[in-house]
Amino acid sequence: MSFLLTEPFRLLLSILCIVAFVGGNAAYLVLAERKGAGRFQNRPGPNEAGFGGWLQPIADVGKLISKQLMVPPEADQLLFRLAPLVVLTPAMMCLAVIPFGDTVVARNINVGLLMVFSFGSINVMAILLSGWASRNKFAIMSAARVVSQNVAYEIPMLLVVITLLMATGTMDLSEIVRQQAGGFWHWNFCRVWINPLMPVTFVIFFICMLAETNRAPFDMAEAESELVAGAFTEYGSMGFGVFFMAEYANIVLGCSLATVLFFGGWQTGLGAVPAAWGGWGVLVGLGFFMAKLYALIFTVIWVRWTFPRTQFYILLNLSWKILIPVSLFTLLLSSAMIKLLPR
Amino acid sequence: MKASLLAVPRGFLSLLTGMRVTLTQFFKPTVTVQYPWQTLKMPARFRGHIELIVDPENGRYRCIACKLCERACPSACIVVDGAKLEGEKKKSVTHYELDFTKCSLCGECIEACPSDAIRFSKAYNLASTNRNEYDYDLMKTPGPEEKRP
Repeated sequence: MSFLLTEPFRLLLSILCIVAFVGGNAAYLVLAERKGAGRFQNRPGPNEAGFGGWLQPIADVGKLISKQLMVPPEADQLLFRLAPLVVLTPAMMCLAVIPFGDTVVARNINVGLLMVFSFGSINVMAILLSGWASRNKFAIMSAARVVSQNVAYEIPMLLVVITLLMATGTMDLSEIVRQQAGGFWHWNFCRVWINPLMPVTFVIFFICMLAETNRAPFDMAEAESELVAGAFTEYGSMGFGVFFMAEYANIVLGCSLATVLFFGGWQTGLGAVPAAWGGWGVLVGLGFFMAKLYALIFTVIWVRWTFPRTQFYILLNLSWKILIPVSLFTLLLSSAMIKLLPR
Repeated sequence: MKASLLAVPRGFLSLLTGMRVTLTQFFKPTVTVQYPWQTLKMPARFRGHIELIVDPENGRYRCIACKLCERACPSACIVVDGAKLEGEKKKSVTHYELDFTKCSLCGECIEACPSDAIRFSKAYNLASTNRNEYDYDLMKTPGPEEKRP
């Protein structure tokens, strides 16, 4: 059994777990989204396909897979096929550095946060590719929107993360979680003695995360009332399914990152450190991580079914006129407080 | 200046208000009627096609085949026939036909009936691909609670 402990096996297991996690989440978050949408509108949501709707994702996936994958003859043959791969891969790669538990992390690197943000931006390029390659006016408009939207929202997001990095002093995600040990008042969300605007930075992070993942109310890329399905108009079959998977993978990634950066990752928030209890402690920590993760994902769904889609210039105004000045202010404030106040 | 600065926190609070509203809806019971499996009871004044009323005392139709409904019908979609049975003074109905393609559910026939022998049914699942299926023989159509096939 010694091969179970070797590095290649661990690598294989990690990849398998991440792919299964992304696939399972994509399938069942779609169901959660539809059921949630139903509940928000006082209706039950999908409830016919097996055990009160629990087999709905399997039926959906079966339907998508069994359809023919069409490439429009006028489309760019290579880029059109490449785009679904480019959209899903970075999200999966970023999950490799997320510490789900004390030792439950595929690859802990000391610039994990940097890696997440560098790969996270590729998502935009994939939608740009799909929009460009489709040779469809709606897809092109959608691609243009996605790029300007993501340029606008990357800036406040990174400013907020820089504010956070000043407080933590490291880009190692596991280390960031360990710093938040011992009670929820040690979570970065509540560390108001470093920066009294910490909750505001979280709100900015969350808004930017919604915008980066193209979620409602910022889903200008899809905007089905104006652009059919935007960049995904020409995609059918599992090509479309992969874009959907990528959307949910990005939500999982964004919410995991928010959990790690602001809500203490796998820390319990009650003072006890589960990692100190050995193997079971890691599992308890994993449970706390998942609880926080899915609470945030619920909030994402909740926001989607509360707010209507914004207009495009309002979206850009929000970023350039409000989020960027406020995040710059929090950056200045926290740098001043870290410099002037005794630690 | 002050107003535009205040607009940001005010706007954010209004977003929270919106989220509170949707969350309260989230925990309310669903109102969907799962139609093929569940049906709503039709309201008392719902007008389906007319049907003949059976007298509970003797188990026979109340209709006396006076043909007043036939004459009252503005669309001429009712055809009634009756006959005197052995040892009875009144006629009783032997044939009652309704052409539902013409019926506008005006209720003149019910108003005209002297013996309260017809009423609106509650049947509404009446879709068909064949026009002839709307020639109802009311002495054969199922009762009000049953659905027509």
